[in-house]
Amino acid sequence: MLYRTAGQFKTSYKKDQALFPVRQDATLLALILGLAWIVFPFMASEFAFQTLLIPVLVYSLAALGLNILTGFAGQLSLGTGAFMGVGAYACYKMITIFPEMNLIVAVLLSGFFSSIVGVAFGLPSLRIKGFYLAIATLAAQFFLVWMFEKVGWLYNYSNTGAIQVPNIDMFGVAVAGPLASSVTKYYFVLFIVTVVTVVMINLTRGTQGRIWKATRDMDIAAELIGINLLKSKLTAFAVSSYVVGVSGALFVFLWRGAAEPNLFDISLSFRVLFIAIIGGLGSIMGNFLGAILIVALPVVLNILPELFGIEIASATVEHLNIMIIGSLIIFFLIIEPHGLARLWALIREKLIIWPFPH
Amino acid sequence: MEFLSKIFVDPFVDMVAYPDFFLQVLWEGLVSGILYSLIALGFVLIFRSSRIFNFAQGIMVVFAALTLVGLHEMGVPAWVSVALTLVVMFGLAFTIERVVLRPLVGQPDIILFMATIGITLFLIGFGELIFGGETKVMITEQLGIPTGRMRLDVFDGYISLEEKDLTAVAAAGTLVVGLLIFLNKTRMGRAIRALGDDHQAALSVGISLQTIWVLVWFVAGIIALVTGIAWGARANVSFALEIIAYKALPVLMLGGLESISGAIIGGLAIGLLEKLFELYWGQPLLGGNTETWFAYVLALIVLLFRPQGLFGEKIIERV
Amino acid sequence: MNDMTHDGYVTEDGRQIGGVMMEMKNITLRFGGVVAIKDISFDIREGEIRAIIGPNGAGKSSMLNVISGFYTPSEGEVWYQGATRPMMKPYEIARQGVARTFQNIALFEGMTVLDNVMTGRLTKMKSGLLSQAMWWGKAQAEEIVNREQVEKVIDFLEIQNIRKTPVGRLPYGLKKRVELARALAAEPKLLLLDEPMAGMNVEEKEDMSRFILDVNDEFGTTIALIEHDMGVVMDLSDRVVVMDYGKKIGDGTPEEVRNNQDVIDAYLGVAH
Repeated sequence: MLYRTAGQFKTSYKKDQALFPVRQDATLLALILGLAWIVFPFMASEFAFQTLLIPVLVYSLAALGLNILTGFAGQLSLGTGAFMGVGAYACYKMITIFPEMNLIVAVLLSGFFSSIVGVAFGLPSLRIKGFYLAIATLAAQFFLVWMFEKVGWLYNYSNTGAIQVPNIDMFGVAVAGPLASSVTKYYFVLFIVTVVTVVMINLTRGTQGRIWKATRDMDIAAELIGINLLKSKLTAFAVSSYVVGVSGALFVFLWRGAAEPNLFDISLSFRVLFIAIIGGLGSIMGNFLGAILIVALPVVLNILPELFGIEIASATVEHLNIMIIGSLIIFFLIIEPHGLARLWALIREKLIIWPFPH
Repeated sequence: MEFLSKIFVDPFVDMVAYPDFFLQVLWEGLVSGILYSLIALGFVLIFRSSRIFNFAQGIMVVFAALTLVGLHEMGVPAWVSVALTLVVMFGLAFTIERVVLRPLVGQPDIILFMATIGITLFLIGFGELIFGGETKVMITEQLGIPTGRMRLDVFDGYISLEEKDLTAVAAAGTLVVGLLIFLNKTRMGRAIRALGDDHQAALSVGISLQTIWVLVWFVAGIIALVTGIAWGARANVSFALEIIAYKALPVLMLGGLESISGAIIGGLAIGLLEKLFELYWGQPLLGGNTETWFAYVLALIVLLFRPQGLFGEKIIERV
Repeated sequence: MNDMTHDGYVTEDGRQIGGVMMEMKNITLRFGGVVAIKDISFDIREGEIRAIIGPNGAGKSSMLNVISGFYTPSEGEVWYQGATRPMMKPYEIARQGVARTFQNIALFEGMTVLDNVMTGRLTKMKSGLLSQAMWWGKAQAEEIVNREQVEKVIDFLEIQNIRKTPVGRLPYGLKKRVELARALAAEPKLLLLDEPMAGMNVEEKEDMSRFILDVNDEFGTTIALIEHDMGVVMDLSDRVVVMDYGKKIGDGTPEEVRNNQDVIDAYLGVAH
């Protein structure tokens, strides 16, 4: 009886177009935001911040970026990892060249660099379609990681070839680097993720979202009703790579603390793709659900046997984890190709009419 | 000017000045090219018969090799391991058809593609769970593959050929010829080819779609095993090999997803060109290791001019 | 065509038809060696319902694709609103007030009916990416103004109850109607319908005919349609072009076409 739309009438189109036309949805969101902003930071242990909370947020944002391109605009990308790398290296260069730079500004600016690279590799998308386009993003993936390795300037010619996040202060508080506390880092990530997510919700629910979805669903028809396909696809590449780039900067600066080129290899691209698929292509919320699942699964697999007093080697757990993720992908594609987000939507539809379905 | 000469003149001068080295490079490129072709071939077969862009083809190579070595390590004689691995590959084909393909019939291409990514992950986890994640050595000698070197005198120098590479080339060649005979001369083979053009027509031959799919995936499995043995003999057997499997993608793009001859030629071309580029341009000018990306960039450039690949048919858009 | 003057004519039911809106001048279309359309000329006048009919493979769809600008003719010119139409990208033609439906429904299956119809108004929406990202001022106001227009079309075509349903779940007949709604939402000057009745049952055909007449009547939209179903075409249209094997074999009012010997031989003679 909690979930009811009865009695909630829309008297204007403005209200009908509101983000949460159903009151309970707004309540639920408030609850989640409350948990994320207030409850978790007080409850979470160091372990929880590092292995659950921060990674979930970072991966959600990366998957959200990929989802704009693949889920909304229908252009498959296998190069997300490398575009995260572009964001991370851009942020690193800005911070080392201008040490006084505000980290929020640096992180938000670094997205523009991956955006430019993304558009460059997106240019072929007008001529090359479908699976053939995957090759363009794969070319980006392998070529960029090779650049991270070979261009010394990118990692300031350090001996290890890796980039190391320095200590960064904002208003006298350490926000990144070895001195920063996990809570601060968490709030920093949460802030950026919240802002970017809101912007992406806005973009996808209006005109631009419809242009992207039309391009995805039937590009010829889209063109004949007046959509400039090149512009639509390049906008998707630009916006998507921007978000992915920002997530890459967060990935290194507020979570990993250091990065080698191979951190951004193709397995990272796939991890992000899995999150987007399992969460649901063409959904915003799905990215968060997918990230929670993918990040939490190995943690749970590690803890569960202990609870039952069984000992499993950590290598075995890792293999099991990969197997389960693979099975989950197939499972979701079979029972619900639109992922966790659609499952939630179905449950919601059922709840609205429960317990009298007719 | 000096810079331009380094790009456009010096490499060719070197090729002519040291022809034995040039031939050696060509040979190395040819060998890896043939293996790329094989992976791509398995891929084309599956695509033609079911419109599935089978991302798992590469991992099937590793899985087959891992099963073979793993079984042998458990004490099974080498050739019995080969037979058992074939059984495993058949079981895999059967399971994939039952568990993955059948429930997903009629779904959009992209969904099926992602399902094969799921298969890829599952196989990685499953293979490592059973046979362990550590790198293994291919049982080259146990299978009776010669491991010596041959010296071939050419011009004023010589090139050195590994006998296992020669074996690989011979095996790959035999496999391709056998496959072409199978596809062109047998009823089943013709049904598979017809499937690429018209589902209904193919079904009228009287072979069920399910049977064809199991068969095609099994054939892809056999190809995977041969590729796995050949590649495992050159490197080692571990899931790091999957990076080679990704190379099948540019090969396919170059050759066109549906063309068998395209897969073979595309594979050879990429094998040769990436070796040449690496040794004559990559190492002297770019700091090396260009083989990681060359194939993809090449395929991308070709696709820009021919979006359907070198051998694919031109697409006419209709509404 | 006695009652026809240079500036237009009056139909039997008393509607005033205006001047020439679009004129096809000696259009020829080739695909490689195949000639799909051979030297065809005709005009479309403001406010009329113009039909192009012909047996299978006559080149009707190709003709519609030339009108819509999806194909560029190999020879000949298309005059639109008093000037030769230059080479344009398909999306630019849509901005000139030409909207269309498709023979094999080309809706955006992953979107709701409302969103599909809203895409019809994309050419009218001008707010920038930044404004949309913030969902402030212009973007939001524009969304509402256009939503009102779209709701009028939705009311007009009686699809209010399915507006939030994903298109993929709709039956065929309704999809055709949604497609018409999307085209209408663009407020086109010229509406092209590609076999609007194909695959429909009798009741759905009647509904669709009524909608086509109403659109023409209420909005004064010029309509060009290609159709297989002779009976429906004769009842609907003001003038009919008949094609066979890529050539024009008849042009005139339904009455004239019906009595044209060439047409009878080529088409009606074999009609069931």
